Amino acid sequence: MSKKPVQFTLNGETKAVFVDDGQNLLDVLRRGVGDLSPKYGCGQGTCGACTVLIDGEPHLSCLTLAETVEGRALSSTGGLAQGGELHPLQDAFMRHFAAQCGFCSCGMLMAAKALLDRTPNPSRDEVVEAISGNICRCTGYEPIIEAILDAAQNGAGRRSA
Amino acid sequence: MSISVKTFASSAEAASALSGDRAARFMGGGTLIMRAVNEGDQSFNTIVLASDPALKQVQPQGDRLIIGAGVTMTQILASRDLDFLHPVARAVGGPAIRNMATVGGNLFAAHPYGDMTAALLVLDCQVTLAGGQSTALADFLRDREREPRSLVASVSIARPQRGVFKFRKVSRVKPKGVSLMTIAAWVPQSGGRVSGARIAYSSMGPTPMRVPAVEQALEGAALDETGISSALAAATNGIEPPTDSIASSWYRREVAPVHLKRTLLEG
Amino acid sequence: MSVEFRKELFANERDDNLNEIGKGTQRQDALGHVTGRSPYFDDHLFEGLLQIRCVRSPHHHARIRSVDYSQAEKMPGVVRVIRPEDVPNNFNTLLSLLNFGRDDEPLLSSKKVSYKGEPVLAIVAGSDRQARDAVAAVRVDWEVLPHVLDVEEAMKPNAPVVNDVYPNNTFDYHDKYDHQKLRYGDVETAFAQADKIVEGRYQMSPIEQAPVETNGAIAAPETNDRFVCYTSTQALFFSLGTSAKLLNVSSNRLHFIGGTVGGGFGGKVDSLVEPVAILACMLTGKPCRFVWDREEEMQVGAPRGGERWYLKDGVMNDGRIIARQFTGYFDSGAYTRLSSYAIIKGTAHLPGPYHIPNVKSDVFCVFTNRTPATAMRGFGVTGVDFAIESQMDKIAHEVGMNPVEFRILNAYRDGDMKAHRREAKNCALIECAQVAAEKANWPIRDEFKQASSMVGGGGERAQIPHTVTDEDGKIGERRAGRTGGGQTRTIAPTTPAPAPAAHTPPPPSAPPPAAPPAAAEQPAYAHPAAAPAYQPAATQAPPPVAPAVTPAPPPAPAAPAPASDSGRPSARPVNRPGYSRFASNSGFRRR
Repeated sequence: MSKKPVQFTLNGETKAVFVDDGQNLLDVLRRGVGDLSPKYGCGQGTCGACTVLIDGEPHLSCLTLAETVEGRALSSTGGLAQGGELHPLQDAFMRHFAAQCGFCSCGMLMAAKALLDRTPNPSRDEVVEAISGNICRCTGYEPIIEAILDAAQNGAGRRSA
Repeated sequence: MSISVKTFASSAEAASALSGDRAARFMGGGTLIMRAVNEGDQSFNTIVLASDPALKQVQPQGDRLIIGAGVTMTQILASRDLDFLHPVARAVGGPAIRNMATVGGNLFAAHPYGDMTAALLVLDCQVTLAGGQSTALADFLRDREREPRSLVASVSIARPQRGVFKFRKVSRVKPKGVSLMTIAAWVPQSGGRVSGARIAYSSMGPTPMRVPAVEQALEGAALDETGISSALAAATNGIEPPTDSIASSWYRREVAPVHLKRTLLEG
Repeated sequence: MSVEFRKELFANERDDNLNEIGKGTQRQDALGHVTGRSPYFDDHLFEGLLQIRCVRSPHHHARIRSVDYSQAEKMPGVVRVIRPEDVPNNFNTLLSLLNFGRDDEPLLSSKKVSYKGEPVLAIVAGSDRQARDAVAAVRVDWEVLPHVLDVEEAMKPNAPVVNDVYPNNTFDYHDKYDHQKLRYGDVETAFAQADKIVEGRYQMSPIEQAPVETNGAIAAPETNDRFVCYTSTQALFFSLGTSAKLLNVSSNRLHFIGGTVGGGFGGKVDSLVEPVAILACMLTGKPCRFVWDREEEMQVGAPRGGERWYLKDGVMNDGRIIARQFTGYFDSGAYTRLSSYAIIKGTAHLPGPYHIPNVKSDVFCVFTNRTPATAMRGFGVTGVDFAIESQMDKIAHEVGMNPVEFRILNAYRDGDMKAHRREAKNCALIECAQVAAEKANWPIRDEFKQASSMVGGGGERAQIPHTVTDEDGKIGERRAGRTGGGQTRTIAPTTPAPAPAAHTPPPPSAPPPAAPPAAAEQPAYAHPAAAPAYQPAATQAPPPVAPAVTPAPPPAPAAPAPASDSGRPSARPVNRPGYSRFASNSGFRRR
């Protein structure tokens, strides 16, 4: 099995790793780089727990061939809080009980961030659409939707834009 | 069997690499191939990529449109030329999937996927392979299991007049979920009567398919409840809907006329 | 409408100034969740971590003629093939930790498989892909056997034997019966006196818990000959005990770390991944990770089992239910896991929150060639509650009553005797129904608005009635072609029995039931040995009929005829499980 060098930035920091042929990005982020915030839930694109942003757009890291992120800018929930201060989305998720078991939260936060970065004042329908590829088995989604709308009101989109 | 990845600058080179290796597969957005890799699919061990920019282009050509096979659902949603396909692209996955899933990949998506393909089927779609050969989409679908190594370069579709193209994806989960049944319809009218209708389903058989029985029943019919009644009665004629974890064959058969009616009358 | 809440409950424990309800209290793990730092089992990194995949049955039921892993063993990255004979104690049942049921399930199967996805080998390799490739290279010679996927089909005499430990395809209760019994009063005589009989058939399919995090565990060598196991389990010490038993090691050699679970809902109790990961670690000396993929989670992960219930009620024209009979089937899948316990718990719950003076129930834990079933949110109670409440609506419709008033009329009130011989206390169904009706703008008459759980119960309703018992359904009878009921006997009314000194505790994963479960050692039915006198059925006292309570029911019809005048034979009907008894799905008939 040959190894290929891949270099990209993750949450603003340059990362350089060797990846296996056929290795997915989720595995590289978790085991290669040590960012444990994206989660494995299905490996088939149905749950959204592994969502990360690639050049600002949400992607499923489990379905992304790792070597294709060469030179690109990645962000994950692991880098959402800055300087010890929570991102407004994280704060809103806590206040609105948007996380119960927490396993979907990192993917949800990335899906929500992608929305707010582009649409700082989304409608409820736009929020629902933005997280429509992310499964949560605990909350019934309402607290998550409320949290995202609340974070938008608090300027989460403007901050991260 | 470890995986190897080969990247080519042009689709022609990629196509030739594919044709020379039975265990090679082309990867577009990755939503099908990476899933197969993750699940240990033993039928291939080489992934072929192409960085050809032509694969990513959308070009009007007369009253038709050429869509590169590598165009993603997100790109379709950003294209004004393709505004009639926006409801179709939006029906595919969530935003992350749409950033990855491509038009070309959708042609290979196994049941219950293939919503975009159902739409293309009624838009008089011709599939152009990397070698330049062109095939009607229905023929392409018939052969796709035998030709998993075809490299699609682009598809060519007719641009519909306003109100002619209708689309509906039916899921059990809101706002969206796996398709129970997807219906695409091309229903031009002349003098208040349907003329030359094309109807296609996906998730109602092994591949997306045209539905000739419904098309024939619509010929000359008025697009109202009475006019389409014989088409609704023929909704699953000649079709054996599958039983899967989403629905039974019986259920699909029972609800097909309801959703066909909504598609035809409500758009 | 003012509602009187039950302030006397826990009066000396409760601070009347509590003001928690309606306010948010921050979860203590929320910060970890939103920052991605909560340590799920898979969030522990090890150098040289090995990966495990299982060879699984593609068939519902098959004998294993041979397994050839010679090619797999030589494949790149393969470190170890774990065979059934490598499992030190390869036979278990989850509830053996509580001395309930017999061992009936191997960790890896060597003789036959009884459900699709049942594991026969585990392969340990350097990467997930290498392990998958090796799994694909294993050749198993299967002798496919006939399978059965339906509970009632599985109980037919010619049905294939799913689980050799229970050749009748039913779990053995109390070493005596092929079902869990409940007997209270005399339903047959009461049916003969009822104005109406209402029957119903209700069914619930298996339900997959589908946590977003799949089942998984990482085991690694620790100091002093111990093993650390990071796990997704919902039941840490249950998994530890199960692993210790299967691996035949002292539990103090296992250091389980869990507590951060990516969703469980009952689907992470069965402890199937932990023993495999630890065994792999013991055999290789390396850290090993065993994680189900999504397909395994859905196919192999134990769901809430399917249930089928037949209900038969005897109802008076004024809406009082005087008898209720249950026949229930729990689909346990191929092995026992927790369904046997769920039935004990469910039986203690019958006949629902209603005062019904004659109750009879037979519930079967049935083995089929489906994925073994386990816990999920209120299992044992959820399915039958659906059946009971659907049946309540159906009866209300049949007797022409407002369904809320109908429930209030029949609800338990403080002091009533329950079918499992416990006094009903702290009843609140009436009050809940009143609040629900008010919130939903559902009209109920004043007399029902004024009803109270504290009024009308007890007295005659506190008596344990004359109870007809039988010994139908002894283990093995069904397969021998049992066709007739056995002798019945009547037990005179007694005062409530004291609470049993010992009862089977629930598994650690399950919340304790509100009432003590009808336990193996203390069956819910009064034991025949306690019967003071045998009475022939024909001379029985009439069964009790619920005394009227507020609101006063409309004038009752003529007094019910004694059983002997009903024109029905007094002998017990065939007490045979199966659908022949319930030919009609709606089953309503008027006398």
